[in-house]
Formats: sequence, C-alpha cells, structure tokens
Amino acid sequence: MVREQAMQSNSMKQPAFDEKGKLKEKILQVEDLQVTFQTFGGVVQAVRGVTFDLHKGETLAIVGESGCGKSVTSNAIMGLIPSPPGKVTNGKVIFKGKNLTAFNKSEFRKIQGVDVSMIFQDPMTALNPTMSIGEQLTEGLRTHHKISKADAKTKAIEMLNLVGISNPHERLKQYPHQFSGGMRQRIVIAISLICEPTLLIADEPTTALDVTIQAQILELFAEIQEKTGVSIILITHDLGVVAKIADRIAVMYAGKIIEIGTKREIFYAPAHPYTKGLLNSVPRLDLLEEELQPIEGTPPDLFAPPTGCAFTARCPYAMEVCSHAYPVETSLFGQHKVDCWLQDERAKGIFS
Amino acid sequence: MIQYIIKRFFMMILTVLLIATLTFFLMHSIPGSPFDEDRTSNPTIQENLEKYYKLDQPLPVQYVNYLKAIVTFDFGPSIKKPNESVNNLLARGFPISFELGIVTILVAVLSGVTLGTLAALRHNGIIDYLAMTFAVVGISVPNFILATLFIQVFAGQLGWLPAATWQSPLHMILPTLALATGPMAIIARLTRSSMLEVMTQDYIKMARAKGLKPSRIIIRHALRNAMMPIVTIMGTMLAGILTGTFVIERIFAIPGMGKYFVESISNRDYPVIMGSTVFYSTFLIFMLFLVDIVYGILDPRIKLHKKEGESS
Amino acid sequence: MTNMKDVEIKDEWFTPKSKNMVKAEMVVRPSLSYWADAWRKLRKNKLAMSGLLFLMLLAIMAIFVPIFSPYLVTATDYPNQNKAPSMMHWFGTDDAGRDVFTRTWYGARISLFVGWMAALIDFFIGIIYGGISGYKGGKVDLMMMRIIEVLYGLPHLLVVILLMVVMDRSLTTIIIALTITGWVGMARIVRGQVLQIKNYEFVTASKSFGAKTSRIIRKNLLPNTMGPIIVQMTLTVPSAIFAEAFLSFLGLGIQTPFASWGVMANDALPVILSGDWWRLFFPALFISLTMFAFNVLGDGLQDALDPKQGG
Repeated sequence: MVREQAMQSNSMKQPAFDEKGKLKEKILQVEDLQVTFQTFGGVVQAVRGVTFDLHKGETLAIVGESGCGKSVTSNAIMGLIPSPPGKVTNGKVIFKGKNLTAFNKSEFRKIQGVDVSMIFQDPMTALNPTMSIGEQLTEGLRTHHKISKADAKTKAIEMLNLVGISNPHERLKQYPHQFSGGMRQRIVIAISLICEPTLLIADEPTTALDVTIQAQILELFAEIQEKTGVSIILITHDLGVVAKIADRIAVMYAGKIIEIGTKREIFYAPAHPYTKGLLNSVPRLDLLEEELQPIEGTPPDLFAPPTGCAFTARCPYAMEVCSHAYPVETSLFGQHKVDCWLQDERAKGIFS
Repeated sequence: MIQYIIKRFFMMILTVLLIATLTFFLMHSIPGSPFDEDRTSNPTIQENLEKYYKLDQPLPVQYVNYLKAIVTFDFGPSIKKPNESVNNLLARGFPISFELGIVTILVAVLSGVTLGTLAALRHNGIIDYLAMTFAVVGISVPNFILATLFIQVFAGQLGWLPAATWQSPLHMILPTLALATGPMAIIARLTRSSMLEVMTQDYIKMARAKGLKPSRIIIRHALRNAMMPIVTIMGTMLAGILTGTFVIERIFAIPGMGKYFVESISNRDYPVIMGSTVFYSTFLIFMLFLVDIVYGILDPRIKLHKKEGESS
Repeated sequence: MTNMKDVEIKDEWFTPKSKNMVKAEMVVRPSLSYWADAWRKLRKNKLAMSGLLFLMLLAIMAIFVPIFSPYLVTATDYPNQNKAPSMMHWFGTDDAGRDVFTRTWYGARISLFVGWMAALIDFFIGIIYGGISGYKGGKVDLMMMRIIEVLYGLPHLLVVILLMVVMDRSLTTIIIALTITGWVGMARIVRGQVLQIKNYEFVTASKSFGAKTSRIIRKNLLPNTMGPIIVQMTLTVPSAIFAEAFLSFLGLGIQTPFASWGVMANDALPVILSGDWWRLFFPALFISLTMFAFNVLGDGLQDALDPKQGG
C-alpha cells in the first residue's frame, strides 16, 4: 500500500533534480547539529549530531518515533528552542549563506515567518481563540513588511483563496472556533505562507486530522509547492504521509539520522534494521496474511545515550561491535546513506 | 449575546429579590420591637414610634411596603438618627466607599497582573520567587490586620502617612493598600499560573514562529487569554473588597457607607441595615452581571455559543 | 553523522550480540498507590511540610496552654493592665490585665475549631448535594445547579453578617452562619468531579454487574474524587478562620472577656498608636502564620494530589 503510493505520487511531483539531472541549489545545510535540554533529572541530549541538506522545491520527510529528536531539530532550525532549558551546543544551520545557530533572538525574528515558516500539529490549538482569523493572518505580514492594512487584507484574501477557503472576505472577521479542523489547518497553512517563505517546516501537519481531510491537506501541500516552489521539511511518524509527498526521507533514531535517501531508496531498499522495522510495522492491505511486526522494546534513555549504536538493544541483527562504537556512515547507491555496522565488510555473511 | 444578557439579567433580579426577602424576614424574626431597649419610653411613645416606622401593620403589608421601598429606592428614616433618612446616609457614604473600592480594584488588578506576568515570564527566577512569596503572604494576612499594622508602623512609628480619615490622596494610600493587598496577591498568583499555561500553548509557539516581537506576543496573544480566569474570579473578589470596606472604613475612620453599615449593626438600626444590605447586594450583583458581559466580550467563543451550538 | 574515530574497531566484535541483556532497558520505578505517591510528593515540598508542622504545633499549644497556664483567659488583673511582655506575662497583658499569651492560644483554639468545623460541615453538605446532583444528572442536576447559581451570586460575608445580627453571638452561630453559605463551593467541586468520573469505564463496569447506586458512589466515585475535595477543605479552613476573625473584629462574633484573634485585634485597635504593640502584634502574627500555613499546605496538597503531575 505504502509502496504503491510512493510509486504513484512520484510521477505527480517535481523531482529535486533539474532537467540536466543535476541537484537543485541547496537552500539549507544542517551540519552536526546538537541540542541539549537541562532538566531536573540531568541533561537530555535530544539531538546528537544531525546532518542533512535541503534543496529548493524539495520535500524532505524526517520520520521516527516520538522523542527521537525530529521536532527538536525543526525547532532548532526555526530558532524556537526554549532557552533555558534548551541549548544548541554544536553544529551549524546554514540558510541562505548565514549560520542560524549563531543568530540571537532578534536576528531570528527577521527570518521567522518571512524566510522560514512553521506549521504545527494541531490546528485546534495553533490558532489564538481570541483573535480574528484576519488579524492572525496579517500580523506577521504587517510586522515584517511595513504595508498598509488594506494591502495586508488583500494579501490575506489571496492566501485564503490559495488554500481553498471560500468567502474569504467574511471569513477574515471570524474566529477560529467558527471553523472545522480541516479549515483551521488550511488557515494555519495560509498564515505560514503569507510572507512567501523559502522554507516551510511542517510538524506532523496531518496527525490531528480525519483521514479524509488528511488527504486533502496533503494534496494542498503538493499544490502549493508546485505554485510557490517552497521547500518543505515534513516531520512525521506516518509513513503513509511520507509516501504521498516526500522526495527524500531521513530516518531519525535517538537524536541521530540513521538513514537518509530518496523515497524510493528508503522504501525499496531500506538498509538500517530500524528502517526495516519501521516499514514492517505499517499495516499493508496488499499483504493480508503477513503479520505486523512491531519493533520490540523502547528507545534508549537520552540522559545517558549508549556509546555505540542506540538501536543495539532492540536490533535483531545486533553485533558486539554495535555497542562498542557508533557505526561509520556508509554511502550506498545514489544519495542513500546509512549508519550501520552491517554495511561493514567484516559483517558480511554473519546473518545469512 | 442579547439572549444571554437577558437571561443573566433575570437571574440578577431573582437574586436581588431573594436577598431582599431574606433580609426582611431575618430582621423581622428578631423577637420584640427595636425600641425595647429604650427603657425611658412609655407604651404610648413606643406605639407612636411604631406607627411612624409602620411597624404596627401586619407582616405581609410590611413586606409589600418594603418591596415598594426597594423599587422606589426609599428606605425611610433611620431609627437611631430619626431626622436622617437611610437614603441620605447612602448618598453621603456611597461615593466615598465607591472611590475607595475603585482605587483598590485598580491597584489590585494593575499590580497583580503585572506581578503575575513578570513572575511567569521569569519562571523559577528570582522575580518569580519573590513575587510568589509576597503573594502567599498577601493572601495570608487579613486586611484588617494589615490595616492596623500599617497604622502602627507608617502612621505611628514612622509618622510618614496620616492614620485616619479620607481627605487627600495621601490619606488614601494606607487604606487602599490594606484593602488591595489580598486581591492583588490572588490576582498575581492566578495571572502567573494562567500565563504559564498560556505560554505553552501552540498559538504562542505559532506567534513566535511568525517572528512577532515579544511584547506583542505577550500583550496581544498571551495576556488576553490569560485574563479569562481572572475575569471569572472578579465577582468573588469584588464581594471581598466590598466587605473589606466595612473594616477598613471603621479602622481608618473613613465616613463611607461601610462605616455607617457597621454602626447600624451594632446599634440594631434596622432600616439602615436593610437599606444598606439591599443596596450592597444589588450593587454587587449588578457588578457580577457586568463582569459576565465583559467575559463575553473577551472571549469570542461565548457570543455565538447558543447560535452555533458549538463549544470549545 | 559522527564517527567515533578514537575507538579502535576490533575484528572479533563482528559477531552476533548475546541476547540476554537486550531487554534490560526497562526503567523500573516502584509503583506506589495514589495516596503513598501523594505523600511522597508532599514530603518533598518543604514549605508545605513546614506549614503542616506549624499547624500541628499550633494544635498542641492550643489544646494545652489554656489548661496549664497560671492565668485564666477571662481573669482580669487591673493593677497589671497594658504591661509589656515580661517573664510573668510572655506576650504582655491587655487593658484589663488579662494575659495575652494565654489569650493567644485560646484564640488559636477558637480559630482552629471554627475552621475545621466549617470545613467538615461544608464537606458533608457539599458531598451530598454535589454527589447527588452530579450522579443523577439530567433535570435533577439542572435544578440543583440553578439553586447553586442563585446562592453563588449572594455576597457571602454580607449574609453571614446579617445572620450574626439576628442570632445570638456564639461560636455555634458563627459556624452555622459560615456553613449556610459556605457549602456551595464544595458542592460545585464535588459535582464537577463526579461528572468527570461518572463515565469512566470502571463505573460502567460495576453498573453492569448490578451494583447499587449508593455502592457505586461509596466504592468507586468517592475515592476518585477525593483529591480536589481535600484541597478545597484545606482552603476552606483559612477562609473560615478569616471570617471568624473578621466577624469578631466587627464585634459580631465572640464577645470580649473570651478571646479570639479577631476580638484581640479589635480590642487592640484603640491603643495601636500608643506604643502597646504587643496587644496587636501577637494575635496578628498568629492569625497570619496560621492562614499562611494552611495556604501553603493547600498549595502543596494541590500539587501532590494532582495525578497529572509527575515528579
């Protein structure tokens, strides 16, 4: 099921390559990003060295279980890590040639909502219940570009049309409680796009919605990307969503990206046992008799992350080496990269 | 909204009627006549007095008269000060009490909200710690204790401020502070907890993600939502301030309505007691009604609650 | 993706890992009952615990000091009026030569008694009214809530004052007057709790076994609604103590030869500017400390009894 979706939607979507087969320009480079949180119990290493690139007009999905650091990564890019207790301890986030990790709050404010926007999980709580939709739509615009109220309103109506809300004129005066969940998520999307950002981070944008509405919102994303050329980082744990709209997939586990590659590479040739486990735990209609295989156990404690590969304790193919040292990154075909000792020459033949 | 106001209005009338009736029957349940203590008066004088105050009529007639008095707002003469009408007393005392009350509410709300917001924004910091210590102490010290302590320290030992009466802004400082500290502490605590909760909401994160200025996020996005619980407790707080004026006016010898009320209680001056009680309750219940409407204005979800049949 | 370059990778490590330690990752925390857990959390809260300690000491002193004191609460000693604190009279004497130390602890008796009685009576009325209203639901609930709404609109202390004017001024009357208006808040909380929990599965389960209504209330609902109710009780006590002191201060409560903190403060009012500071200071100190202790204890209980809060 998931794989079929991956096949179908591939043809619809624009690939991350241009006509000459070259990769498009990089708009975001994350290099060895590390984020920690100071808590009563000690320091949590939420993100432990994350590296990836994002190209123009591309959708990168970051998948993983809850608590694996995917939301923290996106918050770090947005400059939304609450400090204290959170802190970016290492690494660079290079966006339009500038390193965002060196930014202070007011420098961040100049790009938040303008160049980088964010969509939150639950549209029911992401909108302020005591402010009209119109004000919530235009306030970002009016803060960043000094434009008149009337111009802002015109732009707001344009955005509501873009996300498919009818009667935008009257809708502007209304309050969030007068909209359904799907409508609210459309509004949230409109708000995030109103300043025409180059990067959109969507944190589980469909999780809180009905399945039928999920599909509509995902289509909206594809449509918007086609129209505006925005790059999207999609945070999710739902592989169905990933199959629909992602170009590339990064799989995160315990604060690290353990495998990254194009959608096809990840879906058809998963190399990391965790990725395989993740794919096996998705219900598939085409293979009725095959049993679902949940991944046994729980992710490790990030107060004291293990020295070696964090998945060792749950891995069916664990070797002695896995608990001693973190695996070296192995480049497979194309853009596919994985952190796993099974790729090592010395491991060949052990589990066959 | 209109429907809601009408409904609240009828509730208000009902409550006023209830308390008026309660007051009436309570006052008349006391055995004997209010003039029994006057040993000098002979039976004829007493009869004449009772006639003057219409106390010789049967109880139902008295009750109807009483209700008429409420509607026309004429509570007749005082018993202990026969040439003074209850209306006169109220007219003289109320403006002063009202002034005291309004200044108190302003001080309490403004400083309480500021303190609570600062504490929430510096959660677990030194300001938070100090503000909350102050708040628990403020809630714990009764207003009449605070008032007497203030007089002893600031008027007595330090001699900085006048100890009594109500003549200049300088005279207003001690009574207002004594009366405002409790409500201020309650508001500060409530603002803090409500603010802390609001600041974790997604719409605040979203406002941050829009790159808005912190001042706008706090004032426009957070504070208005954080104010909701404070508006809900305004009613109880107003009642507290109102009863607080009884003691504060007594301690500071402020010639307000509270002082007359307390005097009428110890003198058993029934027309004054009844008049002031009805006046106080009506005033308070009307304020609660206003608070309800303010709540409806602050929270857009209330207005259309009935029409759309949708909450949350 | 970082490499651990400093670790030498040995060839012999490339063997399947023994499975015996794989499942050792589970974090084990002893599971405590609701009450034990609440007590554990409360004990960690130093402020609440010192409040509790203070209240226990206060109770002991309130019981024993008036018994063992050489002075009677009401005993006047005019030659020794308005004496400053000394070895004879630790907290000084008042304008009739009565011992302020003895009177202060007698006042503590009154305050604690009024506070607890008011809280207990509120509790019983509230739990019956709120319990029935919440459990029955429907029209009964609607009507009972209307009544509460009207009562809630009444200015409580004003009603209490009226009642005190009418009734004779004794301790019993104060408690009656306070509870006539005070139970409403408790009833509201109980009802809210009952409504919330009524539809939980375990209640449906016992209903389907044919359990009686009264049994469901007693066995299932009550234990689960206790948290907020206990907190409400702890907060009722200081407000009742305040109300008693307030009434006595207005001359509507306990009368002068007998002592209550409110009466003592009221009696001290004429001399506050004359320098006899001990007359006001001791009752003021103890009433404030007592209310403080109840408030911090209530706060602590609120945190400790909230199952949603960790730590």
